[in-house]
Amino acid sequence: MSSTLYKNYLLQSEPNKFSLDNLKDGEMIVNMGPQHPSTHGVLRLEVVTDGEIVTDVAPHIGYLHRCFEKHAEHMAYNQTIPYVDRMDYLAAMNSEHVWCMGVEKLLGTTNQIPKRVEYIRVLVTELNRIASHFVAIGTYGIDIGAFTPFLWMLRDREHIQRLLEWVSGARMLYNYIWVGGLYYDLPIGFEKRCQEFIDYLQPKLDEIDTVLLENKIFIDRTANVGILPMDVAINYGCSGPMLRGSGLKYDLRRVDGYSVYPELEFDIPTGTGLVGSVGDCWDRNYVRALECRESVKIIQQCLDRLQGDYKRTPDFDPQAACPKKLRTTGTQELYFRAETPRGELGYFFRTTDRSDVPFRCKGRSPCFSNLSVLHEIAKGCMVADLIAIVGSVDIVLGELDR
Amino acid sequence: MIQEAVTFEELKDFIVATFGAEVVVAEKADDLQPYLVLQTERLAEVCLALHDHEQTYFDFLSCITGIDNGPEAGSMEVIYNLYSIPYDHHLMLKVQVPRNNTPDQAIPQVPTLSHIWRTADWHEREVFDMVGIYFKDHPDMRRILCAADWEGHPLRRDYELQEYYHGIKVPFDQHNELNGFKGEPQQLVGQPTPFSDKREKPE
Repeated sequence: MSSTLYKNYLLQSEPNKFSLDNLKDGEMIVNMGPQHPSTHGVLRLEVVTDGEIVTDVAPHIGYLHRCFEKHAEHMAYNQTIPYVDRMDYLAAMNSEHVWCMGVEKLLGTTNQIPKRVEYIRVLVTELNRIASHFVAIGTYGIDIGAFTPFLWMLRDREHIQRLLEWVSGARMLYNYIWVGGLYYDLPIGFEKRCQEFIDYLQPKLDEIDTVLLENKIFIDRTANVGILPMDVAINYGCSGPMLRGSGLKYDLRRVDGYSVYPELEFDIPTGTGLVGSVGDCWDRNYVRALECRESVKIIQQCLDRLQGDYKRTPDFDPQAACPKKLRTTGTQELYFRAETPRGELGYFFRTTDRSDVPFRCKGRSPCFSNLSVLHEIAKGCMVADLIAIVGSVDIVLGELDR
Repeated sequence: MIQEAVTFEELKDFIVATFGAEVVVAEKADDLQPYLVLQTERLAEVCLALHDHEQTYFDFLSCITGIDNGPEAGSMEVIYNLYSIPYDHHLMLKVQVPRNNTPDQAIPQVPTLSHIWRTADWHEREVFDMVGIYFKDHPDMRRILCAADWEGHPLRRDYELQEYYHGIKVPFDQHNELNGFKGEPQQLVGQPTPFSDKREKPE
């Protein structure tokens, strides 16, 4: 294929937003991605630069669009769970949890879930949240030149993956949380191993603070870079660590109080501008690091209760409350949301009469809204800082493009 | 939080008192999640008031969903899920527009909300891309997930895949046929690959 033909195809499929005619003197368009490690997947950034200064940026997304919503319209609710896993592949347990809670609310069985099932669900989602934040912070270190913390964090994430593999049989994409229950109870001896892991992890979290977050080079690269004011964040629909990094104490686990989170004690860390200004890239990562500690607290409480009040019994069946037929009644519309490591993941369902297939299902991805603020906070920064800003948003393209 | 959560009835009364009774076309209060159906033309001013008024203050637009009800029903819907962070209350709004059943009819139009909530910018682009509803006065109405020269809107009920996209056959594999895709059977197109003629045929 000749190069001009190829160029024409590229421009037809995904034309530039900015045209060369409207550029000011000295400006140029630089294309970043879609295949570039610092874009965390297949994200294409069209950057207008004036020398080293970014004057505008337009993200082009959709390279990993896999028609999740179309698939969901053709499959029963329980059959969609593996697809939900593949949306946010770094935090599959959290996505499953949201989906199953949404469907349970449609069916009206939210209050019939056994407590032990709820605690196991929270336990595995919080383990997965730590794993996801470890990838976020670790790859962010790589983006701005710190390689060692990444290897350390993937080493520790590996333990979580092995624990979850022991639980569910899969390392990343679990299909473990089912509508109305779980695939299987925790394996025998899991609580003890998980306790050992928690004890092992706490010093490692201190280590990451020391080696990465308090590192002078890291602070120089991230403090006062990509400052996101709180009102802009809310207006752009940002959620999760992105919004909490801007100083708002807003966590759906507390606000909506779903599952057993009202019975658990944990804090909501927010960005305070410790080394720079509130809402900069450092704050967002610091919030993630603090959230790992909160997740450890939650896991500890879950383990205590799973060995105490909601102990394993021989006749416990985690699939007991799973409905045999997922028939919803009448035309209902529901938007259900919950907190994943990246923010507010929501599913909108419309059901039709007596069917186990939704008429329409929409996934509201947190990364989608979080990334849309990029052009607002990247204007006027350096090209190298643009990489730091994109990394601090913590996008997962599988979820962004669905 | 600052004060008691506002009920759905109070929100409806607020809208009716400010804009008149005709702005609320329909309502459903007893559902799992109650909603109001608003007049399409006046959606933007109602939402601006809901966003700015100190007693409602819906500062967070969670989700915009476009729904195609199919050619028989002849209508399309856009659903907005609003949330107020300080007051902790939800509101689901809906507008309904006639559907264009053939390509030569006018594309359905809904006023944009991207000047009120900037997050609506990308969500509306996605609705346009997926079900083909045009948002009036939107600053940048392009496709967002599909390619710019993709034909049709995939989440419409009568959507049919295009046959070729830049010379690539779109119904890609024979699994499509097994899954109920009613197209032509897969045929090898283009030049034979270096391996295709060397492969042994099964006896």
